[in-house]
Amino acid sequence: MKELTVEAKTENLDRVTDFVNEQLEEWNCPLKTIHRIDIAIDELFGNIANYAYRPGVGPVTVRVEIRREPLSAIITFIDRGVPYDPLQKEDPDVTLSAEERGIGGLGIYMVKKSMDGIRYEYKDGRNILTVEKNI
Amino acid sequence: MTINKQQEGTKLVVALEGRLDTTTAPQLETEFKRSIADVTELVLDFAKLEYLSSAGLRVLLAAQKVMNKQGSMVIKNVNETIAEVFEITGFSEILTIE
Repeated sequence: MKELTVEAKTENLDRVTDFVNEQLEEWNCPLKTIHRIDIAIDELFGNIANYAYRPGVGPVTVRVEIRREPLSAIITFIDRGVPYDPLQKEDPDVTLSAEERGIGGLGIYMVKKSMDGIRYEYKDGRNILTVEKNI
Repeated sequence: MTINKQQEGTKLVVALEGRLDTTTAPQLETEFKRSIADVTELVLDFAKLEYLSSAGLRVLLAAQKVMNKQGSMVIKNVNETIAEVFEITGFSEILTIE
C-alpha cells in the first residue's frame, strides 16, 4: 500500500494522477483501464479540491492498494473537509437535449458507471471515499 | 494539453492533444470564447486526446449550444475511452461524432 498527501488544489491533480498511474503500470494495467481510473481521479480529487475546504485549503491523502484475485486497484481519498457523500447525489437525466442539459452530477455518475465498486464513509472527522477497479 | 487551431474562412479545426480534465478544460473554454464567435463550421479533432472528464464535457456542451445557433460542430477521431464517456453520459446523442 502506498500513500500520497497533497494540498487539495486542482494544481496537484497531475501529481496525484502520476502517483496512481505509476503503481498501476507496475502491475501491467492496460492503458484503457488506466484512463478510466484517471477520469475517476479527476472527478473525485477535483470535487475535493473545489469544495472540501472552500474557501480555504487543506490536505487530501490518496492511498493505492493492489489486491490479488481478482487483480484490482483500490484507491482511497481521505480529506478533513466538510462532510460530503457524493453517492447521495441523484443520477442526472442523460437523455435530455443539449439545451435542457445541466452538467451537475455527471462526474460522479461516470465514476459509478466505470468503476467496479465505490463506497463512502465519514469517520473521525474525515471523508473516506474508496473506488475499486479490476485491472 | 495542447490546442492546435487551423482556420479556413468560417471553418475552424481545433485539434487537442493530451488530457481534457479539470486543470486543462479552462484553457479550451478560453479558446472557444476567443475564437468561435464567427465560426459556422467547428471541427474538433480528438485523434491525440487521451481522455476527457466531466470538466471537458461541460466545455463541449457549451460549445455545442453556441454552434447549434450559428452552424455545425463535429467531433472526429475519438478513441474507445472517449466514446465510452460519451455513451455513458448520453453525450453521444447530443454531439455529432464522426
